[in-house]
Amino acid sequence: MKTWEYIVRRLILLIPVIIGVTIITFTVSHVIPADPARAFAGGPKAQPEAIAHIRAELHLDEPLWKQYFFYLNDLIHLNLGKSYLENRPVLESLRDYFPATFELTMVAMLIAVPLGIIGGIISAIKQNKISDHFSRIIAIVGYSLPIFWLALMLQYLFAYLVPILPLEGRLSVGMVPPTTITGFYVIDSILTGNVATLSSSLLHLILPAFTLGFSTLAIILRMTRSSMLEVMSADYIRTARAKGVPERKVIYQHGLRNALIPTLTVIGLQFGALLSGAVLTETIFNWPGMGRFAANAVLGLDFNSVMGFTLIVAIIYVIANLIVDLLYAMVDPRVKLGGG
Amino acid sequence: MLHLFRRSLLSMIGLVLILFLIIVALFAPLIASEHPSYVEVQTEQGTTRVEERWEIHFDRKLQSPSLQHLFGTDDYGRDIFSMIVYGSQTSLRICLMVVIISTLAGIILGGLAGYFGGVIDEVLMRITDVFLAIPYLILALAVAAALGRSIDHIMEAMIITWWPSYARLFRGQVLAIREQQYVEAARSVGASNSRILFRHILPNSIAPLIVEITLDLGAVLLVAAGLSFIGLGASPGTAEWGLMISEGRTLMFHAWWYVTFPGLAILFVVLGFNLLGDGLRDVTDPKLRR
Repeated sequence: MKTWEYIVRRLILLIPVIIGVTIITFTVSHVIPADPARAFAGGPKAQPEAIAHIRAELHLDEPLWKQYFFYLNDLIHLNLGKSYLENRPVLESLRDYFPATFELTMVAMLIAVPLGIIGGIISAIKQNKISDHFSRIIAIVGYSLPIFWLALMLQYLFAYLVPILPLEGRLSVGMVPPTTITGFYVIDSILTGNVATLSSSLLHLILPAFTLGFSTLAIILRMTRSSMLEVMSADYIRTARAKGVPERKVIYQHGLRNALIPTLTVIGLQFGALLSGAVLTETIFNWPGMGRFAANAVLGLDFNSVMGFTLIVAIIYVIANLIVDLLYAMVDPRVKLGGG
Repeated sequence: MLHLFRRSLLSMIGLVLILFLIIVALFAPLIASEHPSYVEVQTEQGTTRVEERWEIHFDRKLQSPSLQHLFGTDDYGRDIFSMIVYGSQTSLRICLMVVIISTLAGIILGGLAGYFGGVIDEVLMRITDVFLAIPYLILALAVAAALGRSIDHIMEAMIITWWPSYARLFRGQVLAIREQQYVEAARSVGASNSRILFRHILPNSIAPLIVEITLDLGAVLLVAAGLSFIGLGASPGTAEWGLMISEGRTLMFHAWWYVTFPGLAILFVVLGFNLLGDGLRDVTDPKLRR
């Protein structure tokens, strides 16, 4: 099967999943709350006029299945409803907040993936040595840590006790963001040649990105270690060694390439963890991303925003996993697209 | 099998941590120096317990750790050590309820799907696909937000989030075991479907389930604490670890102990479940042993 054929087929298979997600978000927003109109209008303090207005706007007097089709129709027209907290369309809010989250998760990945893989390799080839014990401890602690607590501890240590890094935000207070080209402060600063915002945005990224990436680092480290150990005991490694291939080459060309395949799957699944972690990390570091927006929306009973966020995250997550599946086939020639 | 488990130091540490948690939760009133939301008041009739969650004790508020208050006191003057001890009950209850109920749902639905196959299987698998397309914390967040703030609601939200992974896991087990010869033998002597499912398939698939459950207990605690931290769980003033961190956050630079100790409690319990789960997996899955 050709690659593009496979991509198209996979994209088509995503449609029922996304429709399913909309059924969940519909149920959660329209069926579970005792009075959806009141919930949408902002909870117990809502004005009666506002409730009546929303009741009409969301067709809440219609039967449920009809309400669902109204809801679906809105979604198809890219209308995720209005955010009552920000008084503008949810999609507009999410679009504004997306680059901050994307930048943060990407930098978190850039920290987690190389360190995790290198740590895993060292751990595996020096099995049961001190470096192995050390990285195994990092691994097990890393995925047992409550991420929001790690964030607070890092803030306490590096922004208060030894104040070498900024406490929160994307830029120093009062600094004007670089001209928006991509929305990523680091890239925009480079493109506009703005050294001040570049260094400030990089410094502001360190703590939140490390916090967000730490559990991913731990999981990648663990996965790489165990698959590396498994691969290194395989017959073809023994063959390579027997015919005199230098050990470095055995490790990196014969071992690592095969060991990375399970790691890749884990990286795909970690996107979910990163998007979840972003809700907590962004809240603590006051990072103006989708996660902080969602946490505020949850507390402010802004249902449209919560459901819009949930839907967008699900779409990002399934697409990220599709991309990983494609990479999978590129790394491992044994994996045939669409086969099996 | 047991000797393998015992040989692994890390698994033993995990086991000890979890046993410690259970003991603390069971004997909280004996271990805690005071009840987090009640105080003993001397009256003419003797000592009585009075609830005073919102009473500020100015003489002992925000005290740093000392022999009298091992982990210090919070902004209301409550003893943080006692709050953590009582909080262990809440944590244990959330973990067990969520995992047990989602496992049961997973066994029933996954079992039906795997055993009977066909349309039931197809429909169930597509449903789980949808649930698994949303990251755990975010789905739980959305559901809990709709249900409203309370510990019971975050448990319900998490059960809704967690059952699909168990359904898939158990379905996979059933599919594999269904083809085994002993199941065929049982069928050929006329054993009923329910007998095959509960007497033959379930006991043989329990080991991987237990490993998964143990590892999940930690993940459940992390998500529950995260939801509480955001403000969806226990009502303010309750002795719940995630909430304590959230309440201590604004005072962090004045009272480091307020956020530090509840976080350590979460870390050690999750670590315990993870170490225990790893140990159990090594025992039950010889392929992974090294």
